[in-house]
Amino acid sequence: MSENLLVIDGQEVMFEPGQTILEAAEKVGIDIPTLCHLKGTTPTGACRICMVEVEGARTLMAACTVPAAKGMVVQTESATVVRSRKTTIELMLASGRHDDCLVCPASGDCRLQELAYRYKVKSARFPETFTEYPMETVNPLIVRNFAKCILCGRCVQACRDVQVNDAIDFGYRGATTKIVAKGDMALKDSDCVFCGQCIQACPVGALVPKDAWKKPRVCETEQIRTTCPYCGVGCQQILHVKNKKIVQISAAENAEPNQGRLCVKGRFGYDFIHSDERLKTPLIKKDGVFHEATWDEALDLVASKFTQIIKDHGPDAVAGVSCARSINEDSYQMQKLFRGVFKTNNIDHCART
Amino acid sequence: MTNSFKEFKHAKMFFVIGSNMTEAHPVAATYVKNAVRSGAKLIVVDPRKHKLAEFADLHVPIKVGSDIAFLNALMYVLIKEDLYDKDFVTNHTENFEALKEVVMAYPPERASDICGVSSETIVETARLAASIKPMMLCYTLGITEHSCGRNNVVSVANLQMLLGNMGMEMGGVNPLRGQNNVQGACDMGALPNVFPGYQQVVNPDARKKFEEAWGVDNLPDKNGLMIPQMMDKLVTGEVKAFYIFGENLANTEPDIRKVEHELSSAEFLVCQDIFENETTRFAHVVLPAAAWSENDGTFTNSERRVSRVRTACPPPGIAKPNWWIFREIAKRMGQTWPSQSAKELWDNEISVLAPSLGGIKYRRIELDGLQWPCPTEEHPGTSFLHKGGQFTSGKGHFTPAEWTPPAEVPNADYPYVLSTGRRLYHYHTRTQTGRTPGLNELLGEETADISISDARKLGISNGETIRLSSRRGSISLKARVTQEVPENMVWMAFHFRDANANWLTNPAFDPYTLTAEYKACAVKIEKMV
Ligand code: SF4
Ligand code: SF4
Ligand code: SF4
Ligand code: FES
Repeated sequence: MSENLLVIDGQEVMFEPGQTILEAAEKVGIDIPTLCHLKGTTPTGACRICMVEVEGARTLMAACTVPAAKGMVVQTESATVVRSRKTTIELMLASGRHDDCLVCPASGDCRLQELAYRYKVKSARFPETFTEYPMETVNPLIVRNFAKCILCGRCVQACRDVQVNDAIDFGYRGATTKIVAKGDMALKDSDCVFCGQCIQACPVGALVPKDAWKKPRVCETEQIRTTCPYCGVGCQQILHVKNKKIVQISAAENAEPNQGRLCVKGRFGYDFIHSDERLKTPLIKKDGVFHEATWDEALDLVASKFTQIIKDHGPDAVAGVSCARSINEDSYQMQKLFRGVFKTNNIDHCART
Repeated sequence: MTNSFKEFKHAKMFFVIGSNMTEAHPVAATYVKNAVRSGAKLIVVDPRKHKLAEFADLHVPIKVGSDIAFLNALMYVLIKEDLYDKDFVTNHTENFEALKEVVMAYPPERASDICGVSSETIVETARLAASIKPMMLCYTLGITEHSCGRNNVVSVANLQMLLGNMGMEMGGVNPLRGQNNVQGACDMGALPNVFPGYQQVVNPDARKKFEEAWGVDNLPDKNGLMIPQMMDKLVTGEVKAFYIFGENLANTEPDIRKVEHELSSAEFLVCQDIFENETTRFAHVVLPAAAWSENDGTFTNSERRVSRVRTACPPPGIAKPNWWIFREIAKRMGQTWPSQSAKELWDNEISVLAPSLGGIKYRRIELDGLQWPCPTEEHPGTSFLHKGGQFTSGKGHFTPAEWTPPAEVPNADYPYVLSTGRRLYHYHTRTQTGRTPGLNELLGEETADISISDARKLGISNGETIRLSSRRGSISLKARVTQEVPENMVWMAFHFRDANANWLTNPAFDPYTLTAEYKACAVKIEKMV
C-alpha cells in the first residue's frame, strides 16, 4: 500500500500521519469504547478499555495512544479483545462501590454502566480492592464521591490541561490512590475555582453537582442547547430540562466558542430562573404601594402616559434604557418603539459597564 | 473583537491590558493559559497582580489611569529603536507623523514617573512586544471605564497598528465584552445615534430606509441622549417619562445617592424586569418579563458571533417576552407590527435591515453561531477583521492621544485610589447569581482589597471591618489583605448593595463616550473604633 491506509475490522481506512488508531476508526464510524481518553488533551492510556488487537503485535494495544501506521491490521472486537475488556470492567467494578446504581445520580448517564451493559458484565467477580474514603460534601456546588472513582484521571486532565487550574492530582499509592486537592484538602479549601469541568469530565458518579440528589437524574432529561447569559464570551451550554425545570447545565462539546468548557457562573448560576421572587404580574403603584394589575391595565397606563407626555412636552421628553443582557430581538424592538412610535432617539443601554 | 476566541489557543504572544480575565471572562482565560502552557508569551499590564499575571512572562503593574502614558512610551521605544512594522505603517495606515509627534514626547523616563514602573521595564515591554509576531492584544473595562476611556481605546489600536498586528489571525485588538449581549445591543441600535447595523440617524438615506421598512414617517433626525444625560435631564424636568428595561441603574451607576435622586425625579418611570430590585422601587409601573431560558432569541458575543438562545421553560405567572411587551405598547399607540416571534423579528426585519447581518438566518445558526460581517446567505461569516490590512475606511488611522490624569486623584484627605471590577463568583448586582446558594457560599459579602503594606501601615488585619469614604459617600466593610493589590490602592466590586463601591465612585465621564470613571476615584481608609 502506497498511501496512508490501515485495515480496521476488515475495512480499509485512510489516516493522516500522527492520528491514533482510535481517531482513524472514529472517522469511519467504528466505535472503539474509551474511558480515560479526554478529547483535546494528551492521552494517558490509563484505563485499558480501548485495547485492540494489532496483527503481529505480541500484546493488545491501546487505540487511544498508538499511532495508526501504514499496513496495520486491527481487530476492535475480537474474542481476545472482548475478554480483555470484560476483565478490565470487572476490575473497575471491584475498585469502588458500584453495586448501588439505584442510588447513584449518574445512573443512566454512566460510562462504566454502559460498558458493563455492552459487554454483559454482571458484577465485580474480584475481591474489592479499594479504600472507602468518605464522601466529601462540605463544598458548595460539588460533591466528591470517592467510592465511585475509577481513577481514570479525566478530572485531573480537565482541571490541569483544559481549564489550567491545577487544583487536583493523583495522591497516595496502590489501593489507597485517591484524587486529591493540594494537601488532600476539601475543594473549598484548595485552589479549586468551581468551574465544574471535572464534573463534566467524570465518566461515572464520582463527581456530581451538590443538588443532584434533589433533582431528576440527568438521564431522564431533555437536552436543549443555548447560550450562557453572563459574560461576553457567549459559551454554548446544554440545559438538561425535566418538567419544564432546568436540572443541570453542561457545556456543549465541539461547539464554538467554548469547545466544551464553562465557568462557575455558566455551569451553576441558573437557580434565579426558578426563584419564587420572580416578578409574576404587572404592578402599578398607587399611593406609594405596588398593586397587582392585568396586562391591559398596565399597558394602557404606559401607553396613555407616554402619549400624554409626548403631546405636552414633545417626543424628547421621553427616554429609555435597553438591556445588554437580553436577546437582540428585544433591543431591536425597544429602539423601534422609541424611534418609530415615540419619535425620539433617546435610547441607550449600559454599553459601558 | 477584531479576532476570534478559537485563535487564542494558537496565539504566540498576548498583550493583556486592563483585563482581569480569569474572573471576568474565565473561559477566554483558559485559552490564554492553554497557549502559555504551549509556549506562548504573555504580557499583563494591570495595577493588580491578578491570577492571569501569575502566568505572565512580564507583569507590568502600572498605576491606575496611566495607560496612555505607558502605551505612548512603548510606541516611543518602538519608533526610537526602529522596532515597528514599517511596511504595514506605510502601506496600510495614515497619520503616522502626527502619532510620532505626540508619542515622541513620552520618553520612558517621563512615563516612568506617571506610571510608577521603571523606564527599563517600559523598554523591556516594548522589546518583548516587538519580538514575536503576531501579538494578540486583549483588553476589558480597565481600558474603557475611565474619563479618558476613548483615548485609551485609540491608544491600544495605535500600538497594534504600529506593530503591524492588524488584519491577521492571532493578532488584532480584542475588547472582551463585560455583559453577554453588549455587542448585540449596540448592533441592534440601542444607542442614541444609530439604527440597527450602525446606520446613522442623522443620515437622511438611512432614515428613509427605516421609514419605509417600518411604515412610518418623520423618524427623528438628531442624535438622542446618552444615559448620563438622560439622568441629568430627569432632574431638570426635560425628561419626564423614563423607561428602564432590565438594568438596575440604582446599583450600577456611579454615585448611588445622586442616581437615586435622579430616578425619584422622574414624572413617570416604567421598569421592565425579571425581579424587583433597587431601581424598581422608584417605578410607577413594573412590567414582568420572561428571562433568558424562557424565550427564543439570539445573543451576540464579543467576537461578533450571533448564537441561539432557546426556550426551556415557561415564564412565571403571566410574565411575557420583552419583545411582546414593546409590541403591545406600539399597538396601543396606533401601530401594528408584523413580526410575532423572535425568529420573525430576526429573519424578516433585523437581518434584512442591517447589511452586515444579512446572511444570518435562524436556520443557519441551529448549531454554532455565525460571526458578522455576514452579508449574504452564502457567506461563511468573518472570524477576523481587516484581512490583509484592509480597513473599512481604506487605511488604518492613527489617532494620537495625550495622557490625562483621572478626574479625581488622591490628596492628603483622600490618599488612596479606589478601582472597581468584577469577581468570579458573582455577576453585576447579583439579581441572578445571588439566587444560587453555592455561589453565595463561595462569596457572601463584599470586601475592600488592600495591600499588605498599607494594612500594616494602618494597623488593619485581614477580615477586620473598616470604613471607606470618598467625597460622595461612606461604607463599612471587611478588609481583605492581599498581595494582589499594590500599595496606595483599594479594589472592590459592585455585587452587593450594602457595601457597594458605587456609593463612592465618581460620576466623571469620558467626554466622547460618556463612560463613567469606575476605575479611579480617591478614598480614605479608616479603622473602626
Ligand atoms: S471544579 Fe474546576 S478547578 Fe475545581 S477541581 Fe474541578 S476542574 Fe479543577
Ligand atoms: S473522579 Fe471521576 S474523572 Fe476523576 S479519576 Fe475518578 S472517575 Fe475519573
Ligand atoms: S460560562 Fe462563564 S465564561 Fe462562558 S459565557 Fe458564561 S460567564 Fe462567560
Ligand atoms: S481510553 Fe484508551 S486507555 Fe483509556
